[in-house]
This record gives sequence, C-alpha cells and structure tokens, in this order.
Amino acid sequence: MGDIGLGHYLAVAAILFAIGMAGIFLNRKNVIVILMSIELMLLAVNINLVAFSQFLGDLTGQVFAFMVLTVAAAESAVGLAILVAYFRNRGDISVADANLMKH
Amino acid sequence: MTIAAIAFWVFAIAAVASGLMVVASRNPVHSVLFLITAFISAAGLFVLMGAEYLAVLLIVVYVGAVAVLFLFVVMMLDVDFVELKQGFLRYLPLGGALAAVVVAELIMVAGVWTFPDEAGLARAHPAPTAAETVAHGAPNNIEALGLILYTDYVHYFQIAGVVLLIAMIGAIILTFRTREGVKKQDAARQIGRKREESVEVVHVKTGQGI
Repeated sequence: MGDIGLGHYLAVAAILFAIGMAGIFLNRKNVIVILMSIELMLLAVNINLVAFSQFLGDLTGQVFAFMVLTVAAAESAVGLAILVAYFRNRGDISVADANLMKH
Repeated sequence: MTIAAIAFWVFAIAAVASGLMVVASRNPVHSVLFLITAFISAAGLFVLMGAEYLAVLLIVVYVGAVAVLFLFVVMMLDVDFVELKQGFLRYLPLGGALAAVVVAELIMVAGVWTFPDEAGLARAHPAPTAAETVAHGAPNNIEALGLILYTDYVHYFQIAGVVLLIAMIGAIILTFRTREGVKKQDAARQIGRKREESVEVVHVKTGQGI
C-alpha cells in the first residue's frame, strides 16, 4: 500500500484495458461507445509504455507513447467521419445490423 | 503514506471509475464527459511517473481535440440512445467474464515482473531523473524527449505527421457532400455571360403590355 511501484501502474493499465474490452462487447449497438472503448484501451497501452519507460529509465518508451497518441487521434478522426457518413446513408448507427455487404 | 502514494491512489481510482462509467453510462454525452475525466486522471498518473510532456499532450490532444470531436458527433447525430442500450445486460455475463479473465492474466504477468539486473545496460536513451535535473542542470523531460525525437526518431516523427495529414484528408473526403439546390456565386459563369443570352429586346405595342 505504501510504496508505489511499477506493478501498481501496470495493474491500473490492465484494469482500464479490460474495461475498454468489455465495453466493446457490452455496447454492441452503439458505435460511438465502441470508439470510446478503443480510446480507453489505447490509453491503457500508453500508461503501460510510460510506466515501463520511467521505471527502466529509458526515454524510448515515451517516444512510442507519442506515436500511439498520434495514431489514436488519427483513428478517432477517421472513425467518427465514417460514423457520420454511415449515419447519413442509413439513418441509424447500429452495428448489429450492419450487414449491407452480405446481400 | 507519502503524498505521491495518495495522489496515485486518487488518480488510479478516478481513472478506473470513470472508465467504468464510460462503458456503463446510459447517455453517450455522459460517456464522453467521463472519458475526459479518465484522460485527465491518466494525465495525473503520467505526471506522477515523471512524463510531464506526455501528460500535457494528453490533455491538449485528447481533452482539447478528440473529446470535443466525440461531443460534436454525439450531439449532431439524432439517434434514440435508449434503444441503443438494449442488449447491454444480455452480453454482460460474457463481457464481464472475458474482462475478468484478461485482468487476472495481465496482473498475474505484471505482478511477478522485475527488470533483469542488466536491464540498465540496454537503455537506448537514458532518461534524466528529476534529481539530476535539479542538481546539475540535466535536460528536463521535455528537453530530453525533444533531443531524441528530432534526431534519432526524426523519421518516425515525420511519418506521424504524414499519418495525421492522411487522416485529415480522409475525414474531409468522407464527410464531404455536394448539396443540391444551394444558391452559390459562380464567378466563371458570371464573367462568361454574353449579351445575347441575357438581354432581350421586346417591342411592346402601346397600350397592350407584354
């Protein structure tokens, strides 16, 4: 409880990652919440990278986290744009019945 | 318990609780607001670890840009969000069990993890500690990160810029649409107009009108 080590940060990151993963399963119908869950998972990965970087004393991990941040921002921008285009075509955002390609 | 430990527990519990609320909240607007809280708590954790630059970047990029983008989209789409929440309870056992398994596995791995004794030798870019910075003016976190980001990792840095550019172009193209029936000024058509097609001389007989 007293001393905060690497394991504490890794545990927080693991819990956040699992919450994000569960969010994808639970909100099958709502793409917006799925995108937010992906953001949560990427945040957990970033916490992992920064924690390892700091406790190893090597800055490379923070450069990695920087790149992850860039890709996450690009991903959410494109994802939301796809969502807007999908909503314009379909009138709803449910992924459960997104099976246009099947027919 | 030191102040750093108390701060860690506060930020960690806030991050996990707001992460849970992102997933469980009924209204997506609340989800976005809890996402912002989660990012701010994570930024606090970054500061505790000594990664000040990434903490500030997280707040500027995520809270300032990405979360606002989410908020715009959530409010712009006119969807019945109560209906979208259906199926939440149906998938709860499966999703919860999977999450529990993943947490258990990851913590089992992380709990026994230690760096090998020679790990220090493998450092590519040793990070200056706060004590070094205070004692004899070693570069602080932002300076040290800039020193390697613009030299050893300059190609990665530029590729990151290209990724952002492509994402920007992609987002614009995906949401761009030409609207029908909007009156716009077309300078080329205005200049290209000829006298014959725009002026008509009408000979009106007196007292008859057109």
